[in-house]
Amino acid sequence: MNKSIHQSLFFLFLLFLQVIVLNNINFFGYINPYLYIVFVFLYPLKENKFSLLFYSFILGLSIDFFSDSGGIHAFSTLFIAYIRLFFIKVYFRKTPLDYPFFKLKSESFGKVFNFTITLTIIHHLIYFSFANFSFQNLSIVFLNTLFSSIFTLILFFLGTYIFTKKE
Amino acid sequence: MQQIIYFFQKFKYFLFFLLLEFIALLFIFNNLNFHKSKYINSANRITGSLNTSLSNFSDYIELKSKNELLSEENTKLRNRLEKNRFLLSKDSTIIDTAKYSQKYTFTQAKIINNNYSKQFNFLTIDKGESAEIESEMAVINSLGIIGITENTSKNYTRVQSILNKNSKINARLKGNSTYFGTLKWNSNDYNTVQLHDIPRQAPLKIGDTVETGGKSTIFPEGIPIGIISKTNQGNTANSELEIQLFNDMSNLRNVYVIKNLHKIEIQSLENMGNE
Repeated sequence: MNKSIHQSLFFLFLLFLQVIVLNNINFFGYINPYLYIVFVFLYPLKENKFSLLFYSFILGLSIDFFSDSGGIHAFSTLFIAYIRLFFIKVYFRKTPLDYPFFKLKSESFGKVFNFTITLTIIHHLIYFSFANFSFQNLSIVFLNTLFSSIFTLILFFLGTYIFTKKE
Repeated sequence: MQQIIYFFQKFKYFLFFLLLEFIALLFIFNNLNFHKSKYINSANRITGSLNTSLSNFSDYIELKSKNELLSEENTKLRNRLEKNRFLLSKDSTIIDTAKYSQKYTFTQAKIINNNYSKQFNFLTIDKGESAEIESEMAVINSLGIIGITENTSKNYTRVQSILNKNSKINARLKGNSTYFGTLKWNSNDYNTVQLHDIPRQAPLKIGDTVETGGKSTIFPEGIPIGIISKTNQGNTANSELEIQLFNDMSNLRNVYVIKNLHKIEIQSLENMGNE
């Protein structure tokens, strides 16, 4: 019970952080971080994937509502939510028995870095391809993906550094 | 039968994933279509009220510069009014016709949500059906054009910005010539738009002003757009002109929505068909 309240508060926090603050940054005129995908990184591992898929779809769709982008955020967030388990198997070598004890914080920095950078780039690439919606200006898509990914990852690692309790 | 159940058992996550992706794709394609984008847009009650409270907050910060802009516009309009009054007082017969042939009404509105960094940009304004705003009305401010209204809810309206790859607006060169073209945006820079299909014989140079052409039922003619910043004249077939906008699209607040009172009359005339 406590955990689900915590999850839903985290969901709302990320949604409003993205909509109110991060969508209006427009660094150099067009670079925005998309930090809300952290929800997908930090969602607890479960054998049952329905809840993660559903919640990430709803999160993406809510952000679409605020930023007038149709269903682009929903599409790309759902995609990384679906392939997340595959990359957890690849990078962290976990079996289904380890899922309840898995925590991103307790893993080594290198593995976490690889994991987050892969999912972030995949998400941003899908997002910007759909936002562009043509085969012209492909260089803009790649540049946007690169800059926004760097921005998102910096915010993510700063955030985890600040909010992690020191022991 | 067992096979089918087994199939669903095995691929249930993938099928659920496909279903949700399909829904998302449906929304994406609907959003690209001007007349179908009904479901996912920021002109509904929840997003609208949040955006209003946010823009109320940021209003205070920009209060001074916006006030200056508005008073500047006031002086401009006052000057024009005085000029007209002088003209009208000379000939009393004009007054009556001027009074009763009003073609456009203006409604003041405020932008509560503004996008300009994407390829398909939209704005949200704080007036809707209750202020008699409908789809396909022009949105301008004192400096130039901004966009066309699209979806309306009771109190909010979504506006398709001129910085939208679907946007097409009739525009012409200011001056004595009536050469006109189509205004589009190639999504590169939010300060410049492109004017297509201007005939090659049209006399133009860098610095010329471009305004709306009045060949559509949406925009009145003569609303400023921007100045020509780059021409592609020469031996190329490409007659695209770069237009530097008068408006800073990243910094907008007060706008006017223009309703064309003759719109239905014009459209019924144009759609009569060949009988």
